[in-house]
Amino acid sequence: MNSLAVAALLLVLLGLAYQSGWSRSRALATVGGPKVHSRPQYHGSYVAIWTMMPALVVLLLWAWLGGELTHNHITAQIPADTLQALDQTALNAAINRIRAIASGFGVAGEVAPYEQAAGESLRSFQMLTGTGVLLVAALCGGAALLYARGRITARLRARNAVERVVNIALLLCSAVAILTTLGIVASLLTEALRFFTFINPLDFFFGTVWAPNNAPTAGNYGRYGLLPLLAGTLMITAIAMLVAVPVGLMAAIYLSQYAPRRLRAVAKPMIEILAGIPTIVFGFFALVTVGPFLRDFGRLVGLNINATSALTAGIVMGIMIIPFVSSLSDDILNQVPRTLRDGAYGLGATQSETIRNVLLPAALPGIVGAFLLAVSRAVGETMIVVLAAGNAPVLRGNPFEPVATITVSIVNQLTGDTDFSGPQSLVGFALGLTLFVITLGLNIFALYIVRRFREQYE
Amino acid sequence: MDMLAGKVKLTQQSVNSAMNPTDALARPIRLEARDVTVHYGAKQALFGISIDIPDRAVTSFIGPSGCGKSTFLRCINRMNDTIEGARVGGSIKLDGEDIYDPSLDVVELRARIGMVFQKPNPFPKSIYENVAYGPRIHGLARSKSDLDEIVVSSLRKAGLFEEVKDRLSEPGTGLSGGQQQRLCIARAIAVGPEVILMDEPCSALDPIATAIIEELIDELRENYTIVIVTHSMQQAARVSQKTAFFHLGKLIEEGVTEDIFTNPVHKQTQDYIMGRIG
Amino acid sequence: MATTSASTSPQTAPERTRLIRAGLRRRHRSETIFRGLGMAAIVLALGFVVLLFVDVIRKGVPAFVQSNLHLEVFFDPAVIKVDPAPQTGDFASPAEFQAASLAWQRDVALLNWNRIIEASLRAKLPANTQIDTRELLTIPETNARHQVRELFVANPALLGQTVPVDVLASANAANWIKGNIDRSLGDAQQQMSPAARAVIDAFETSGTVSNGFAWSLFTNADSRAAPAAAGLLGAFIGSLYMMLIVIVLAVPIGVAAAIYLEEFAPKSRLTDFIEVNINNLAAVPSIVFGLLGAAAFINYLHLPISAPLVGGLVLTLMTLPTIIIATRGALLGVSPALRQAALGMGASKTQMVFHHVLPVTLPSILTATILGVAHALGETAPLLLIGMKAFVAQVPVTPLDQATALPVQIYLWQGNENRNFFEPRTAAAIMVLLGVMILLNGTAIFLRSRLEKRV
Repeated sequence: MNSLAVAALLLVLLGLAYQSGWSRSRALATVGGPKVHSRPQYHGSYVAIWTMMPALVVLLLWAWLGGELTHNHITAQIPADTLQALDQTALNAAINRIRAIASGFGVAGEVAPYEQAAGESLRSFQMLTGTGVLLVAALCGGAALLYARGRITARLRARNAVERVVNIALLLCSAVAILTTLGIVASLLTEALRFFTFINPLDFFFGTVWAPNNAPTAGNYGRYGLLPLLAGTLMITAIAMLVAVPVGLMAAIYLSQYAPRRLRAVAKPMIEILAGIPTIVFGFFALVTVGPFLRDFGRLVGLNINATSALTAGIVMGIMIIPFVSSLSDDILNQVPRTLRDGAYGLGATQSETIRNVLLPAALPGIVGAFLLAVSRAVGETMIVVLAAGNAPVLRGNPFEPVATITVSIVNQLTGDTDFSGPQSLVGFALGLTLFVITLGLNIFALYIVRRFREQYE
Repeated sequence: MDMLAGKVKLTQQSVNSAMNPTDALARPIRLEARDVTVHYGAKQALFGISIDIPDRAVTSFIGPSGCGKSTFLRCINRMNDTIEGARVGGSIKLDGEDIYDPSLDVVELRARIGMVFQKPNPFPKSIYENVAYGPRIHGLARSKSDLDEIVVSSLRKAGLFEEVKDRLSEPGTGLSGGQQQRLCIARAIAVGPEVILMDEPCSALDPIATAIIEELIDELRENYTIVIVTHSMQQAARVSQKTAFFHLGKLIEEGVTEDIFTNPVHKQTQDYIMGRIG
Repeated sequence: MATTSASTSPQTAPERTRLIRAGLRRRHRSETIFRGLGMAAIVLALGFVVLLFVDVIRKGVPAFVQSNLHLEVFFDPAVIKVDPAPQTGDFASPAEFQAASLAWQRDVALLNWNRIIEASLRAKLPANTQIDTRELLTIPETNARHQVRELFVANPALLGQTVPVDVLASANAANWIKGNIDRSLGDAQQQMSPAARAVIDAFETSGTVSNGFAWSLFTNADSRAAPAAAGLLGAFIGSLYMMLIVIVLAVPIGVAAAIYLEEFAPKSRLTDFIEVNINNLAAVPSIVFGLLGAAAFINYLHLPISAPLVGGLVLTLMTLPTIIIATRGALLGVSPALRQAALGMGASKTQMVFHHVLPVTLPSILTATILGVAHALGETAPLLLIGMKAFVAQVPVTPLDQATALPVQIYLWQGNENRNFFEPRTAAAIMVLLGVMILLNGTAIFLRSRLEKRV
């Protein structure tokens, strides 16, 4: 069916309906007549909504069922004995040829008589159903138009009705957020449960060896122990926090308490630039610059540091998180009332004493919340680790060695492979579920703390 | 100590009767301000304020809001230093020593000139730690028992000890508004200041708490030079011996409290006292 | 009594002053140290920004230069032996013409176009140069023959003519020309043979090879066989489609959801739940959205793998919470006075929101939208999981075609074995990505300041 015709029909219906409702409403509002409840544009919209609904329902029904019907029509045109002889691929090829004949594009090579006949039959079928559907849609719309128009009286609360529709539309939009969460939980859970039909959950959550068999045979799936990945994730997160927390917090303190206004106006957005840089860029930076630098530096001081290691990934991730920590801490520090600071200054405390003894303790819960959010960010970070952590899923405590994390393993197990049949790809969802639960827990806890903190000073 | 404890006992006495009004001016001068100006960026907030603050008496600053009385108060212990873009001109001398002298340490100055703020602002620490904080940072206590002694006597002087003696380790923020303000006074006293500045200390309190604080101020006068900013003329009349009236950043009139209220020289002062200036 | 009367502590006033003074030096020193630490943190953080940009630019700039070979190509009839190209009018149906045309192109493709290239290269060689065909053909990029063939397919009348054609030097040749490889290394470590290197040097002196701006970076899609011709156009179009989908879907839905939650929703447990839910959704790791896309869109709904449509949907879901939160913040900032004024005039709640509140918040919503889109543009991890990591050599035509995205292209290039050639190229791709993001952010700032002035 021609999409241009559909669009034209809908536009015409829309225009007609609105105009008809609008003029009807204008006709009601005569001088000395009854007081009309709603403005004409609401009557217009009211009729338009009534009209579009049935027309759209008809069109959507056809979009849903039409393909099936056409397909059946084509197969019905193919002689029974020919149909018997065709397997699925050949049938599809035949159908495509018939469609090409019907569209007038034609086919190369010999055209079988039945193909020609079926093509012509299909063409008339398409003509018939196309116009038929359009006609039905137009009729339904028209009938609804007349009905709605008939309902317009001075007392009709058209505005309220239209607003109710708008309201429902808005509600549906906010439901998308819930649907997303549900979708995440449902897809992670179902696929993870399928994974656990292959692998015992205990072996997954408490296993110390990560050695998936990527071409699994029955009975030999490989080993899927989470602990090496979890250890890698935690190690990198810890290194990242060791970088980000002191630098981010001190930067926030300096900017909010010490820096003259002009420096703050320049430095704050510049630090926030870091937050806008895509993580893949940090990954590249880690891989080609920071990693080799650390390796050479290690050689200089007699340490054996791998170019791709937990240290490299952790340091660069820490750099990435600095603006996150500093802007959250800055917010929190600014929420501590000025009077508290004045109180300390009034006693003769120096600025750093005021900050360390009064400001930071007062801001502590909020800052802890900010740190937890930063931790959750670090745990879920992917690209830096994919490029710079070295992907060695072994349980060990040396930060100079390559490690692997949960996110890296998700990427490794799932890229390109969407045939979720074996544990080697399904494990991605079990890992995703673990990640989701960890970050969700951290976030809920952190947001709770921050909210409590805000309420304290409101 | 006994002597001090006795003094803090609150009694219903007629405030402002303890001292002959003329005494206030006869006392030695503790603080001497000359031509003090304050700018916030391009905006001038104070215009050439000159005033003498007598030793161990209560001096009150009154005036409509925004008149510069708090700004001037904050000049006396250099709290304006903490505000970005604030510039102070002129001179303020404490015992003849210019407090804006670059060689003078503001930390030491603030230990000598304590401050109590408009809104009670106890630190988010225990009652004990609130009072002990000043002596701790300044290194005033040589031992734990020294510190205990300072805390207890400061709380006594602020008339709060009896009410909190069983819960010194509870957070200071859990006290009532009036108690919090007395805790802040105790906190200021603990450092052993010579001058105490009070910036509308009762404006956030109910009338009963206000009365208690006012009596406390009257007690403290015997040992401390007190400067109080207030928006309540009645309060100024009740607690102070000397009063200064500020308007639009200028010092309009100063003198013995009784004279200012009964016989003001300037028309603006008169208008304010009669309630004609907001 | 006069001096000690103020005493609360065991000391007298002068003693207290002495004690305070004794501690001052230590306290001021720790003040200086603390302040210095703060300053160091700022310097460190800003240093990282500068270092990162300088590093990327230093590495990336050489990749904006490409080495071109200027050849005179003779379309030799002795090599190009094919029938004349089929004409539309000779066939009964369009389908038959298409079939014939494809057959002819196949014939053309089967010709040995390298002979044409070789001949044009040899024509440029200095006299008495000995070099075998294999070595000579390492100098131009392998796509040179396709380039020349396409010229012929587009215009069969070129047969027998000689036309000037610029082709790219191969990645290894470009490394040699641009000095990306150490010229003093021994033959074993060089990727080009000594003879080929000598020819390149001769070409350089004769002007047959020259460096120019790397337009191919912007006009070509990715290529594996011809790395020097690998460009960003395919990834750019893929990203563009995804951004369009994000804008078309995430903005209306996000703004509508924010309006509902902030203005209409009754305060109930449900709306509380939605609110908590949105806040948490904003902090869900992006890779989890990739898992959602792989499971829901591809495995369950059978949408095409590697398609910008799916990428766009995933990024939409990821961006939605950001836009909702920012819009709610903007709505919250509208003064109650404006609302009451509108309601007081007899406007309904819907009218108040759409006629009065929403227009005022437009600048903030716009800014938040652009920032959200910019963030989505740089996202890599979820796209890897929905197959956008696949090598795609064509520029996608519709959002349903296979495609990749700018950040994914960076990921793919950084993994290329030809480090000498692809490291600058990756950095150049990063510069392009950052350039687009800076442009977006700049637009956001500009629009906000313009619109805010008008309101």
